[in-house]
Amino acid sequence: MRFWEQALEIARIDLRVERRLGDVLRIVLPFAVVSLLVFPLAMSIDLTTVSQIGPAVFWALGILFGMQVALRHAANDRPERRDLYALLGVDPAARFVGRSLSGSVLMLGFLLALLLAMIALYSPRLPEGWLGPGLYALLLAGIGLTELGTLAGEVTAGLRNRTALASLIVAPLAIPLVIGGSQTLESLARDTSILPWLLLLVATDLALAVAGVALARPLEEASR
Amino acid sequence: MRLHQVGQHIVLEDVGVSLGGQTILRGLGLEVSPGDVLGIAGPNGSGKTTLLRLLATLIAPDSGKGLVLGARLGSPQVYDIRRNIGLVGHTPTVIGELTLRENLEHATRLAGENQERIDIALRVVGLDGAAGRRGEASSFGMLRRAEAARLLITNPSLLLLDEAFSGLDVDAQELIDALIVRTIQSDGTVVMVSHDAGHLGDRAGRVLTLSAGRLEAVA
Repeated sequence: MRFWEQALEIARIDLRVERRLGDVLRIVLPFAVVSLLVFPLAMSIDLTTVSQIGPAVFWALGILFGMQVALRHAANDRPERRDLYALLGVDPAARFVGRSLSGSVLMLGFLLALLLAMIALYSPRLPEGWLGPGLYALLLAGIGLTELGTLAGEVTAGLRNRTALASLIVAPLAIPLVIGGSQTLESLARDTSILPWLLLLVATDLALAVAGVALARPLEEASR
Repeated sequence: MRLHQVGQHIVLEDVGVSLGGQTILRGLGLEVSPGDVLGIAGPNGSGKTTLLRLLATLIAPDSGKGLVLGARLGSPQVYDIRRNIGLVGHTPTVIGELTLRENLEHATRLAGENQERIDIALRVVGLDGAAGRRGEASSFGMLRRAEAARLLITNPSLLLLDEAFSGLDVDAQELIDALIVRTIQSDGTVVMVSHDAGHLGDRAGRVLTLSAGRLEAVA
């Protein structure tokens, strides 16, 4: 029981801090939207091409800027705070789950806002009935990316150049999430089954959750 | 010295600690009983902070053996006793974006302690009028008081103070003194380190000197 109390408390405080800092809404999201704007300009505003590449650009920018959202803990985490949590008896696995929960909420908000911006700017031709599967893919990819960022933050805790190293870990491991997310819409457009891609996302999320919980304690001890 | 000695809060036997390939502590032997106030003086870089982190179970010894509150250092046993250790470090640990009260509520919830004690603790440390101030907008002394309030609530059996009196006014120093007294009255143990032996002399029942990673002299 204490595990979930601790996890929810950490998630709650994390969201409160984000509400006051506004890192995601005020910094990451505007930059991502500006990047969305740059692509059409670079393509000489060829509207046909722009509408075709919209979803692909969304996934590429969503993962790249989503990494910033996912790695915010690594940037803000102080050794003193980790020590305090340890001495308050916080289970490192509860901390991982709490941070993944709060990060997932922020990530989903970010990806949804970016998706709306992409639809408004690119007018993409989306396949019929895309909304439900698209949102599932978004949800699963967002959770996976957050777990990955939280895990990378733990792996690199206590290391010099932590943020850069964490990005190097997240980028290649996010490939299944990009493939799963983007291919869900592609499969809809080709009228083939989306199930394999959703299963890929679910399996990745579960594997990351298990790894994060199982490695939380050894990673915390090794970080000092 | 017998490592399994029952009743001691701290037992170290020939303990050594290396960090980043450099030996910080070597050949440490120490016994501290419940109710003791131990002071450790030493110059900057002598290993005082590392020793406190070792006693806080936050780092493990590279050589030798040690017990803290009955848990063997470097073993998973320490996870269960960490909640009974209070560490006051160089810098007070608060989340800057939260108010002092929110920081206290957060720590209290995580530790599974009673929320009703927060108001009392804030009053005792003299922060009841400033509890709504954010950590990032609070002075060093106020952050120390907030830390003292947290320790009043969690009431650790082992209180570790790292230069805890530096930069504090007389009232705040008296607050730390009250924490020490309270810990001792609860049959707890206090270990405090300082580069200034004057901060330790009146408070500690026993003062040791740490020099180049070795406990050298007993005053």
